[in-house]
Amino acid sequence: MKIILCMKQVPLKDSLLKITPDGRWIDEASVQFEINESDHYGLEAALRLKEQHGGEVIVVSIGPARAKQSIQQALAKGADRAIHVTHDQPIMDPLLAAQLLAAVIKAESPDLILTGLQSDDTGFGQTGVVLAELLGLPHATLVMEIQVLDQQLKIKRELESGWFQYIELPRPAVLTIQSGLATIRYATIKGIMAAKKKPQQEISAASLGVDLAQSPVTFHKLYMPVKTKKTQILTGAAKEVARQLAEKLKNEAKVI
Amino acid sequence: MASGILVITEQNEGKVSRIGWEALAAGQELGAALGQTVSALVMGKGAAAAAQEAATAAIAQVWFAENAELQHYTPDGFSAAAQQVITRVTPQYVLAGHSYQARDYFPKLATACQRGLIADCVGYRIENGAPVLVRQAFQGKINADFTFAGAPPYFASLQSGAVSSDNLKRGGSAAVSDAGVDLSGIAIRTKVLEIFEGVKGKVDLTKADLIVSVGRGLKEKANLPLIEELARALGAELAASRPVCDDGWLPLDRQIGSSGQTVAPKLYLAVGISGAIQHLVGMKAARTIVAINKDERAPIFDIADYGIVGDLFEIVPELTKAIKEVKAA
Repeated sequence: MKIILCMKQVPLKDSLLKITPDGRWIDEASVQFEINESDHYGLEAALRLKEQHGGEVIVVSIGPARAKQSIQQALAKGADRAIHVTHDQPIMDPLLAAQLLAAVIKAESPDLILTGLQSDDTGFGQTGVVLAELLGLPHATLVMEIQVLDQQLKIKRELESGWFQYIELPRPAVLTIQSGLATIRYATIKGIMAAKKKPQQEISAASLGVDLAQSPVTFHKLYMPVKTKKTQILTGAAKEVARQLAEKLKNEAKVI
Repeated sequence: MASGILVITEQNEGKVSRIGWEALAAGQELGAALGQTVSALVMGKGAAAAAQEAATAAIAQVWFAENAELQHYTPDGFSAAAQQVITRVTPQYVLAGHSYQARDYFPKLATACQRGLIADCVGYRIENGAPVLVRQAFQGKINADFTFAGAPPYFASLQSGAVSSDNLKRGGSAAVSDAGVDLSGIAIRTKVLEIFEGVKGKVDLTKADLIVSVGRGLKEKANLPLIEELARALGAELAASRPVCDDGWLPLDRQIGSSGQTVAPKLYLAVGISGAIQHLVGMKAARTIVAINKDERAPIFDIADYGIVGDLFEIVPELTKAIKEVKAA
């Protein structure tokens, strides 16, 4: 089975973020990056499917030069090759991102395409679904489990409020993976060594025939949200703040 | 010419769901601000009944589509049905609540209509006669403003709680009619096999007055007794954010957030939870919110009434002690 894994590199969780003066993006100088969480689970799902059914896993990632580091990591974990769509600016429209991915993926004719559910930076949560529509493929979101049947896929999807469903889809299909699908593996030393020899293709976003200036939505600016709630921050030694809080819960909030 | 606001109103078994009412309330607000009429589309099993219920809102028209192909939700069916209605009604705006269902088919629908979708919006304001939509980026830490470009219809979905269903204006005399959708030529590629509840006889956290909830900050399962003792001192139920349940530290039925339970207790004490938006939507309606977290910029502090920035491993044992003392006093 030929599996494509769409992966994005995003700021490390819990990074302190500063917005650039023009409001267009965050200041990347002070931030470290990692594989987007749900994409990481997507990678794990792809690797497990390959182990069960054979085939290859191809990582496709759009991003600036720094994305190489995450691509390398995915290869070290067991992906077979990578396509890096180089683009220096953040893409603030999921349709454009999906158009770029579609252009690359069409040429590969995969059996299965996996993406994370959403990115932890822009968080559009649309790219996988839009990609499926552009490719004319069926899709499922919030995927928790993948079983490969003869011509079909049996998928466990998460619904709201603790409900789930099993569905069947024909292949090829696009699946967007929910975090927590399976425990993520670590790269082995052997894997890290092997990754250096794996093929990495670079394609510039500009060469894919997608007009990146033509978007149905206009992004204006990023800004820190204005707080609507007045928060009392309690300060002092642990014992002292604990006492303060307990008293406030009793006397002010009257909840204990 | 495109005009009006079409609200795709989510329903379940003939009843408009909460996020459906919120979307209708948002449609009414936007309609009033832009001087446009509001209509609703209800799809799926029970849509005809839900359409009657939706018509109690003050809007102009309700359409329903209850075709055999829509008995089970599928992205192919819902997207095709909505597209037919949109083609006929030619709305300027198409709104929906950002539910799990909407996130599954709404981007497909917008793309099929060759338009853009601004999804999961937390608010909007009107500038120059058009809405500027606000959505969250970086896990809720940063907001971003977007507007639509090009030709309508414009698609937007609203996060749960972005507009309260309390704002809904009732007393409508909306006409209710079958949308006349024909799906006979549409390939429905998804086959629904089974729908089931993850945990049978699950803990109902929605009835708890006091909740102590724990997140990734706990570091490992072995540290759980620390939180359990605090919960016991308070007489509170124990809950958790998604990563804690994913890692099996607590069972799935203790999970709060969009994929878990939605609660509104008197006290929600969040320990080591940074407050990813998927968590916040499940608890932000709590009357009193307390956050203990080492990162002063964690989004949980934005909605907290009381906050302590610091090491939970130092603070929680002291808090357990202090709670016991204050309760005994």
